[in-house]
Amino acid sequence: MIHTRSLTKDFVVSRRQTVHAVRGISLDVEPGELVAVLGPNGAGKTTTMRMLTTLIAPTAGTASVAGHDVVAEAGQVRRRIGYVGQGNGAGHTQRVGDELYCQGVIYGLDRAAARRRTGELVESLDLGDLVSRKVSALSGGQRRRLDVAMGLVHAPSLLFLDEPTTGLDPQNRANLWEHIQRMRAEHDMTILLTTHYLDEADSMAERVVVVDHGEVIADDTADHLKADLAGDRVVVSADDEGGATRLAPLASRLRGARDVTRDGVRVEGRVDDGPRALPELLGAAHAAGIGIESAQVHRPTLDDVFLTLTGRSLREAGSTDTDAQDATTRKDAA
Amino acid sequence: MSTVTTATPSIMSPVRQPRRRSLVRDTAVVMTRELRPVVHDPFSLVFGLVQPLVFLGLFGPLLVGSLGGAADGALGGNVWQWFVPAILVMTALFGTSMTGSNLLFDFQTGAHERMLVTPLSRSSLLIGRSLKEMVPLAGQAVIIVAAMVPFGFRLHVGGALVGLALLAVFGVGLGSLSYALAIVVRKQEWMFWVVQQTLIFPLMILSGMLLPLETGPGWMRVAAAFNPLAYVVDAERALFSGELASATAAWGWVAALATAAVGLTVGIRAMVRSAD
Repeated sequence: MIHTRSLTKDFVVSRRQTVHAVRGISLDVEPGELVAVLGPNGAGKTTTMRMLTTLIAPTAGTASVAGHDVVAEAGQVRRRIGYVGQGNGAGHTQRVGDELYCQGVIYGLDRAAARRRTGELVESLDLGDLVSRKVSALSGGQRRRLDVAMGLVHAPSLLFLDEPTTGLDPQNRANLWEHIQRMRAEHDMTILLTTHYLDEADSMAERVVVVDHGEVIADDTADHLKADLAGDRVVVSADDEGGATRLAPLASRLRGARDVTRDGVRVEGRVDDGPRALPELLGAAHAAGIGIESAQVHRPTLDDVFLTLTGRSLREAGSTDTDAQDATTRKDAA
Repeated sequence: MSTVTTATPSIMSPVRQPRRRSLVRDTAVVMTRELRPVVHDPFSLVFGLVQPLVFLGLFGPLLVGSLGGAADGALGGNVWQWFVPAILVMTALFGTSMTGSNLLFDFQTGAHERMLVTPLSRSSLLIGRSLKEMVPLAGQAVIIVAAMVPFGFRLHVGGALVGLALLAVFGVGLGSLSYALAIVVRKQEWMFWVVQQTLIFPLMILSGMLLPLETGPGWMRVAAAFNPLAYVVDAERALFSGELASATAAWGWVAALATAAVGLTVGIRAMVRSAD
């Protein structure tokens, strides 16, 4: 569905400064996949998406989307893809129903079909009471549902969602996701989304592509990423320091144990399978006569994955050395 | 919605799109979409009338008084015959030169980006928007003319219709330039108004729209000779007096068509690059 090879985008800011927003991304997305592109602000997520949706031309490299080249056959790509950008796609002076109908006509539906499709979308995205409401009078969550409805007008087989839930409260986020998941199940849609919500990428996507500084630094299922790159963290406190000193070598013998450290009475380390490793360790401690005060298993998050990969936390990464890129990509999106 | 929807999987059946797209159809779609808010809210048209009516009511009488004896020579016998066509041009000038700000707003919200990912051609996005301006403009012109007839404005229907057509051609060009300006300055929006205001007043004064240039210094008349708007204003006065085949009208057409050609060329080129 999507095939890119060394996709690259440079923004010339001034004669002296060029921002390398995307540096050679090669990515393959097969039909039916739901892929989340995760990364800090300014990582190149939006720029990549804008190249894939024909909004901007790549500086170098190629991309084929829905079977067509994004540069040579931009028109063919535009007919086939649905796109929900970061902003609101509906004109603020327009009415909800008019805007959906107009989008239908844009994609070549005749009047009756466009009217019918408007009815269907309004129904399935809970916009029924709002058809004659002006877009400017909608709440954030309603606007976002309208954006999704507009992206689905022509029943595309591939949908791009650029930070679909940013700015929504948790309830509206959950609600929007419910709609997206249902639409996807009903029409075998392929979905590529960008997000900087870790939990969203973790729970919704079957595959997570981690992007940093314009490059793909990891690409796998969330579970694999977490197991391979972060691992479960086991933290056990012994009754006294002597016990802890004897406990540490036991912890090191656990399967996949690494980074085992002792700090006072506390021993911690990473293991492959925390929930299985912990009882094993406690059993060994009991056999060795070591008293245990407390024990915990921490499952890794995608933030731990990012931390392992880059040495930075995803939450902080956007505000540090990527500021220049951030400004460029965001201006671009505006 | 009168449509009854059933919760069957048939919802969102695949859409068959036409193989070829036509510029005319795309332009009509864009224009209809842009006109919809005007239709829902016709009062926005009335607000656009406030300025020309203020000028007619307050500036017109002053014009005659301040020019004194010179008025007869410069304006001809009937001041309204001289002033009403100019006010129509002014309405078009303000309306179309500000229209780019609507696009700036759509850049901000994301509505323009949405249109750019649809299969609509880039040129239709510009032409449709520029043509849309002609509809409220025609409505306003009819109201202004109708309001001035009781005050002694003599209407030559044929000339007036040709005059409005000429104004529409000029307006499409100016509207396109306004959109081009909006696209160029979209990252520093305040620049739009700086440029628009800086250009519009010299253009207006050097067109002899509000005050006759015949009474001004020679350099102003020279400057006016390079101002396309001056030719349009003169042509409108000639056309509204029924001089359909005059040289003045012909020069007006040249100026209007040239403005339209330059405007559309520049505007479409800007629109193509508006996603960068």
